Amino acid sequence: MPRRILESFEVSNLSILDPEGRADPQLEPSLPTAKLKQIFEDMLLLREFDVRAIAMQRQGRMGTYAPSTGQEAVQIAAGAALNPTDWVVPSFREQGLLLSRGVKASTMFLFFMGSEEGNRLPRKLRSLPYCVPCATQVLHAVGIGMAAKLKKDPVAVATFFGDGATSEGDFHEALNFAAVYQSPNVFLCQNNQWAISTPRSAQTRSATLAQKAIAYGFSGLQVDGNDVLAVYSAVDAAAKRAREGGGPSLLECMTYRLGVHTTSDDPGRYRPATELEAWIPKDPIDRFEKYLLAKGLLQSDDRARLTAEIGDRLKAAATEAEEICRNLTPDEMFTYMYADIPDFLRPQREEVLAQSIAIDGDGRAHG
Amino acid sequence: MDKLTLVQAVNRALQLSMQEDPDVILLGQDIGKSGGVFRATEGLMEKFGVDRVMDTPLAESAIVGCAVGMALYGLKPVAEMQFSGFAYQAFHQIEQHVSRYRNRTRGEYPLPMVIRMPYGGGVRAFEHHSESREAYYVHTPGLKVVVPSTPSDALGLLRAAIRDPDPVIFMEPKKIYRSLKEEIPGDGPIHRLGEAKVVRPGEQLTLISYGAMMPVTLDAAAQMGADYSIEVIDLRTLKPLDEASLVASVQKTGRAVVVHEAPRTLGMGAEISALLMEKALLSLKAPVARVTGYDVQMPYYQLENHYLPSVARVVQALRDTLSY
Ligand SMILES: Cc1ncc(C[n+]2csc(CCOP(=O)(O)OP(=O)(O)O)c2C)c(N)n1
Ligand SMILES: [Mg+2]
Repeated sequence: MPRRILESFEVSNLSILDPEGRADPQLEPSLPTAKLKQIFEDMLLLREFDVRAIAMQRQGRMGTYAPSTGQEAVQIAAGAALNPTDWVVPSFREQGLLLSRGVKASTMFLFFMGSEEGNRLPRKLRSLPYCVPCATQVLHAVGIGMAAKLKKDPVAVATFFGDGATSEGDFHEALNFAAVYQSPNVFLCQNNQWAISTPRSAQTRSATLAQKAIAYGFSGLQVDGNDVLAVYSAVDAAAKRAREGGGPSLLECMTYRLGVHTTSDDPGRYRPATELEAWIPKDPIDRFEKYLLAKGLLQSDDRARLTAEIGDRLKAAATEAEEICRNLTPDEMFTYMYADIPDFLRPQREEVLAQSIAIDGDGRAHG
Repeated sequence: MDKLTLVQAVNRALQLSMQEDPDVILLGQDIGKSGGVFRATEGLMEKFGVDRVMDTPLAESAIVGCAVGMALYGLKPVAEMQFSGFAYQAFHQIEQHVSRYRNRTRGEYPLPMVIRMPYGGGVRAFEHHSESREAYYVHTPGLKVVVPSTPSDALGLLRAAIRDPDPVIFMEPKKIYRSLKEEIPGDGPIHRLGEAKVVRPGEQLTLISYGAMMPVTLDAAAQMGADYSIEVIDLRTLKPLDEASLVASVQKTGRAVVVHEAPRTLGMGAEISALLMEKALLSLKAPVARVTGYDVQMPYYQLENHYLPSVARVVQALRDTLSY
């Protein structure tokens, strides 16, 4: 008996907007004007959020911050393609996604200002808070999907993670479960080419991350992640498939982290400047702006005006967040530990409250 | 003579160990080209090459699991967990294999390996970047657990850990990675694991701590002034615990206070308290006091200083114990 080919696979890449912002007429989705404008505004909001957060981090008003600059199209277009009844399960670099889902900017600031108040996301938003351990959240999304399927609810569950996260066991177990149970998941990888100092090429020998899905028995698509229309179309199709019982999909969105991994990182140590320079012309906001300008949906001065308005809103949100921080009381570290505080914890809570001491920044208390 | 910070001492220990033993190799996330997120491995890839300093994909379980394989083959891997909060992704390897291989194979396959991990709070970081969960490892039979608090101890203990025939969890107090520089003559010391250190002799009370809480503990002892004679002990190795030194000290002082930032329940304080009850009961003039983190999740940084033992809390415990 000769060897026979049992299966063979194809992996494709979807891109709709060219670098000049011209859409492929065959693939261009027809989106209402209001939606297109909203996407643009939300992208600007994310970019401004980074600007303000990085500035506050430098001023000591915020802790470590993980910026999204360069990755606006993935997050915002994905959010726009989902329904409010769908769920989103983020990692730690999806500020824009969460803001576009209705999370308050002050809440997002609070996370980076070091308060759990930054995780108080109203249940009705169906948006989970940030998840720091890479890939662990991907399993939660599968579980939510399995539950929705059991309840026969037509919802899609989108989960976000980075290129580095695809090396974790949790990622692979999640994809396997999703396929086995045909859960309504959209696995969305923000492939920004780096996991701190580890380039995508050192993370896996697979030519694409999209093809990881194939081994588990479903399809993966690589998408131009700096192309709003491509991301929108891909997520829209995958979410529809999920809601209609068609099972999971993996979308690898090719983008680039234009900035630092976090404000504690120095990419100069490991990343060639030429690589960064090559990605700057692919800026997703510039590209989408060209598209909207050509369509007459935007005027040339709109971006500056919107940016200024957003800046004012974010300034107010930051002030609100700082006010909340000032009013935190230390006993709240006990409040949410259990449904009812167990007796053994009460004296510990009393001790925290009784410490009438000033505590300064470097952890030394002065009686 | 070089003045080194604690993190530089870690780097120096790794370098010396790699120079003297070609079987010592390093693996971890971002440890090579970028020199580690805390720069603990800075310059080592340039010195020893990519075969001995491996920048791995993002998978802690693979890092530890493969380190087990390397150790089985005869290498001496030193694995880095970027933060102790991400070592749980490797916890099944640590519990199911790292701690067990020697015993399981009746000594045929010992595992001479080290898992380094920065731990502890006070650095304004994200969730999972601030906890102290040393008790998990101390609780696991077959592991040794080391926590240095000074540059020269970091150097001497890490060199000893790498030479040790058994697996060592080496927890690095990131809060004080750079807070103090120490002169270290020559290649520095090679310590013996399992030895606590009396860092300040005294007669009336034994104040015990380790790692990032040592500066707080020493400040508290200093604040008590010359009227009180406090003996301060740095545990340095949590397992095997230097029981003899602790018992001897408390037999002399009759009082003990233990300080750690880990949660109280089943922490080192509980273990030491039980030890002193068993071995020094008749010397005790007061209950052994614990100043610890609370039994809650480490709060995000706005409130972390309310969680971490403060000098004031330690001083209060000292006063209460002395006046019991
Ligand atoms: C389980 C786990 N290990 C290590 C880390 C530390 N860490 C934070 S971000 C990061 C890289 C993540 O890369 P990627 O998945 O590509 O996401 P990106 O940061 O590029 O958005 C690492 C290693 C972590 N958060 N979780
Ligand atoms: Mg990445």
